[in-house]
Amino acid sequence: MGTFKRIRADLVSFARSYSRSRIGLFFGLAFPVILILLFGAIFSGNGSPATVYVQNQDSGPVGAGFVTALNSTGAIQVVLVPPSQNLSQYLLSHSSSDGIAIPSSFSTNYETGQPVNVTEYWNPASSTSEGVFGITSGIVNAFNLHRANGSQVVNVQTLTIKSSSYKYIDFLIPGMIGFAILISPMFALTNISAQYKRDKIFKQLSLTPLTKTDWLLAKIGFYILMTLVSFVLMTAVGVYAFGAQITFTLWIIPFLLIGPFLFVSLGMLVGSVSTSVESAAVVGNLITFPMMFLSGTFFPVSTMPTYLQNIAHVLPLFYVIDGLNNVMIYGNYGAALTDIAILLVISVVIFVLAVRFFKWRED
Amino acid sequence: MKCFEAYKVRNGDASKLPAIEVSSLKKAYGKLQAVDSISFSVDQGEVFSLLGPNGAGKTTTIEILEGLRERDSGDVKVLGMDPWKQGDALHKRIGVIPQGFTFLPYITPREAVNYYASLFDVKVDADEILRIVLLQDSATSYFMKLSGGQKQKMGLALSLVNKPDFVFLDEPTTGLDPQARRAVWDVIRNLKKEGISVLLTTHYLEEAEELADKVAIMNKGKIITAGTPAQIISEHGSGEKIRVRANQDLADYVNKTTGLEVNYSDGIVVVGLKKKEDILAVLEAIGKSGLNWSDLTVRQDSLEDVFVKLVGSKIGDEGRTAQVN
Repeated sequence: MGTFKRIRADLVSFARSYSRSRIGLFFGLAFPVILILLFGAIFSGNGSPATVYVQNQDSGPVGAGFVTALNSTGAIQVVLVPPSQNLSQYLLSHSSSDGIAIPSSFSTNYETGQPVNVTEYWNPASSTSEGVFGITSGIVNAFNLHRANGSQVVNVQTLTIKSSSYKYIDFLIPGMIGFAILISPMFALTNISAQYKRDKIFKQLSLTPLTKTDWLLAKIGFYILMTLVSFVLMTAVGVYAFGAQITFTLWIIPFLLIGPFLFVSLGMLVGSVSTSVESAAVVGNLITFPMMFLSGTFFPVSTMPTYLQNIAHVLPLFYVIDGLNNVMIYGNYGAALTDIAILLVISVVIFVLAVRFFKWRED
Repeated sequence: MKCFEAYKVRNGDASKLPAIEVSSLKKAYGKLQAVDSISFSVDQGEVFSLLGPNGAGKTTTIEILEGLRERDSGDVKVLGMDPWKQGDALHKRIGVIPQGFTFLPYITPREAVNYYASLFDVKVDADEILRIVLLQDSATSYFMKLSGGQKQKMGLALSLVNKPDFVFLDEPTTGLDPQARRAVWDVIRNLKKEGISVLLTTHYLEEAEELADKVAIMNKGKIITAGTPAQIISEHGSGEKIRVRANQDLADYVNKTTGLEVNYSDGIVVVGLKKKEDILAVLEAIGKSGLNWSDLTVRQDSLEDVFVKLVGSKIGDEGRTAQVN
């Protein structure tokens, strides 16, 4: 009973300090919401069509038809470049990498059946270029088919997996919850543990009946509460501002409990093995930032190259976000159970290490 | 220099058990013998001061007594307990302010006292404790907004929450301005009035002289002398002196008529007194000489004079010792 009382007293005292330092509140509660608003706004809607510079040197009807076809897709916006210009120079001076050149012999060659090339200027690294290439290829195929008097046999039909289609915001919400679960306790605990050590506050507390396990449990309790509040704020913004389609199930709860337990312990461990406040911050960042980007916070892990996916699978945050995706979007509770099991094992190990390396009194 | 290994403070009241008993305590850090076989005892209700320059071993000693450090050898009993083996039990009965006390920046003194009360599971009147440490006016200011002296007072307040029998204060006034220092002194006097024993380390000699019932002077891990300030001064001081501004002729005249030791330099005549009546003889001699004189003072060696004599150096404001030629 005494233990519970001490933990509660320490939690209340910490919460009061935390709420008075505005920085903690900002990074803990406001920042993840701001990120959702930002990313949600950037990726919502269809975006404007890509601009493509087209130079038609053909005076015949086929070249003109090709330009009309490009224009009619709606996915690209065609800007015509006068035939007298050098197209590659023109593209550079307009800071664009997407251009299509129709040669002067286009109509003649088409009608006589001589091979002819449409030239596409592109940037292989740009996703816009890929789209433009796809559209151009499609039109070229249609022209070839028409020339051969052929008819289309194979068509593609598209279907989505769930009744409604996933939007970016649906994936962003679990990612951002994972982000909040990671960032807030990691930054706070690496900093606090190194700072309290430097200022001898731990030594001071060691002279009271509070134990270091009590102290750590109070912090875990606090960050679980923070995570719950943060969860409500983030999902509310996602659902009401961007119409995110997420499932609210009790399965979410284990992740909101184990996540803070894990990252409070990890932050404490990092701070405890560091020799100064500065080195704790550096080590904390070295762990936090790669984990943040590689665990599917902003981009789904499945879009990453295989070797990065392999790295992601050893990062604890991956299992938080993967699990949240499984329960909030896919409803795949079997996979979520695996994530929970993995997280529990990692968390217990890190908690035990944190308590072990966390020194009340330096000697 | 005379060194007292294992110097023992004489107990004032034999009927009470000493609050602290230390004998042949040793602690080394690698090759450095930080505490080198010291012995002393502190009576209940007494203010005991460990005095010495930085690196003398004061903090190591106090941390061993608080149960924060393990000793290499020797016997230590605090309130009848072994501080290292019975630390948890001891911590319920002692109060401690570590050197350079700091606390959570966004907590007020009243909240901090209540927080400590919950940790110790005791009921306290926070305002009463803040009144004892003269901090009632800043009960609701954040710790980070308090002045240096107020921060120390909050440390004192926290050390009182568990109603301790013994309070350890490690350099509680270091870095404070003279006014704040005096305010902390008032608090320490209050503690004594409440019947709380105090062990105080300091490198301010006047602080020890002002507050302590007993003093032990430490240097290089050893206690070089101990006792009440008066005992130490009478044992190691050079007695009372008359100091007067005059010329060499007066010095010679006083020496001839009284037979006492007289020193002269730079227009100052210093006469060493051996017994109470000597003072009258010297004054009479000065009067009869008909020579000019001014600024006459009678003074005794201070603890600082004794300290300089024993340690061979002065303590600077930051506690470092400066060599005296």
